Amino acid sequence: MTLIAPLSRRVVVGLAATAMLALAAAPVRAETPCCATGDLGLIVERATGSLVVVDQSERAAIGRIEGLGDLSHASLVYSPDERYAFVFGRDGGLTKVDILAQTVVKRVVQAGNSIGGAISDDGRLVAVSNYEPGGVRVFDTDTLDMVADIPTGSKTVGLVDAPGRRFVFSLWDAGETWIADLSGPMPKITKLTGIGTNPYDGLITGDGRTYIAGLFGEDGLVRIDLWAEEPEPRRILPHYGRGREKLPVYKMPHLEGWALAGDQFVLPAVGQHEVLWMDARDFREVARTPTHGQPVFAMARPGGRQVWVNFAHPLNDTIQVIDSQSHEIVHELKPGPAVLHMEFTARGTEVWVSVRDADRVDVYDAATFEKLGEIAAKSPSGIFFTARAHKIGL
Amino acid sequence: MARIAAFLALMLMAGPAAADDISPDRAVRLEHLVLQDCGSCHGLTRKGGLGSPLTREALGGADPHAIAGIILDGLPGTAMPPWRPLLTETEALWIANYLLEEPAK
Ligand code: HEC
Repeated sequence: MTLIAPLSRRVVVGLAATAMLALAAAPVRAETPCCATGDLGLIVERATGSLVVVDQSERAAIGRIEGLGDLSHASLVYSPDERYAFVFGRDGGLTKVDILAQTVVKRVVQAGNSIGGAISDDGRLVAVSNYEPGGVRVFDTDTLDMVADIPTGSKTVGLVDAPGRRFVFSLWDAGETWIADLSGPMPKITKLTGIGTNPYDGLITGDGRTYIAGLFGEDGLVRIDLWAEEPEPRRILPHYGRGREKLPVYKMPHLEGWALAGDQFVLPAVGQHEVLWMDARDFREVARTPTHGQPVFAMARPGGRQVWVNFAHPLNDTIQVIDSQSHEIVHELKPGPAVLHMEFTARGTEVWVSVRDADRVDVYDAATFEKLGEIAAKSPSGIFFTARAHKIGL
Repeated sequence: MARIAAFLALMLMAGPAAADDISPDRAVRLEHLVLQDCGSCHGLTRKGGLGSPLTREALGGADPHAIAGIILDGLPGTAMPPWRPLLTETEALWIANYLLEEPAK
């Protein structure tokens, strides 16, 4: 029932509003949708190739969109009007879905094996990074027609959008970062070589200035100042392992644009059970916090006061909350088996947590840690709220 | 494949481990592990990701003991981690046989 109720209530409210408008003799468009999408979101159901449409204010599911193929390791981005989502599936599928109509608008299988994507700052282009064939392919967001093919000869990761219709991504096998400028008639590619061994993911800061790639094959990360005349890779947090033996990594960490907590970056170490704190101005290490396991996501609550961290298999039933000022763990939660992802509401009041093996998404109050609700979802992974539409790098 | 062949030599002395010591309960959990947690690198359908494809076809009739060896000790210098801290030899062999026999979903 919860599936229908919030929506139909909206329809009623919407109808009343429409009636009033009609009375006021304003032009009424019959097809005007009943509701806005600003507090909606999508949850990836990784095993069934479907998405649950959720309403943040109602803390409820309002529908399901099916037929999206293999969504293990899927992510998605939103159109600027927050109506459409572009979903990147593992099987190379790129699917455009309409959140209001809860339908698949168009689907293309653009490669054999892909890992993620990004939407250009103007909302016109969507780019997908592929393992097989290695590279990036760029599509028109209206038609999903391919407009550019950028083969890299390498598994391609860490794809983000940068201001000026650019995309930045890294080459796992080759240890390079490429900047693709699509503002002109032909893509212009700048290749930065020798950035480090096996970059596994990348992020761009909300101001569009700094691209950071994590390295799997080396102790350290690399940053690139995209405001520089000639951007160059610079090593950051070198030797954070301090010669200690690397612990096995059963799941690759992720870097996302939520890494800035006030004036510090918070980043997962690889092969050490730690998160690393780095001064956002001079890129020096300021602290490290020992954690429960190999961190996967370290997500700053909007505002940056705390950071929520989840962990790799087999320690993935736990979340730790770290204070960004003291760098101490202030709270620990055990939501259930296989916590895969966390998403904050736009202003950081709530955090939604996917608990894959419990087939559930939990909603927590981000300030009191009180559990506010649960939503059933089959094998849920990524949670994406529409507010991402207006953030660089998301 | 070359790696698997190289492993064979090492594994010859290990002798056969009985994969049928796995209880049905444990088998369900191991299958879940293969799909979900190996799947985070090798894909839910085992068709590959950061890790190589692990379909029957891709493994091409390799020796299950060699595969079990890779699972237990990982492939140093790559992102394939050693599972020895989490799996017994019998379990690794069960997974190896599963990969060789079970069609990808
Ligand atoms: C963190 C990522 C990761 C996880 C998790 C992972 N693997 Fe791997 N695995 C790899 C990578 C990367 C390779 C390829 C290494 C290379 O050859 O460069 C690989 C290679 C292999 C190979 C060798 C295949 C061949 O043809 O040479 C086998 C077998 C294998 N993995 C089994 C497993 C099993 C079973 C699991 C789960 C118990 C697992 N892996 C979990 C990353 C991973």
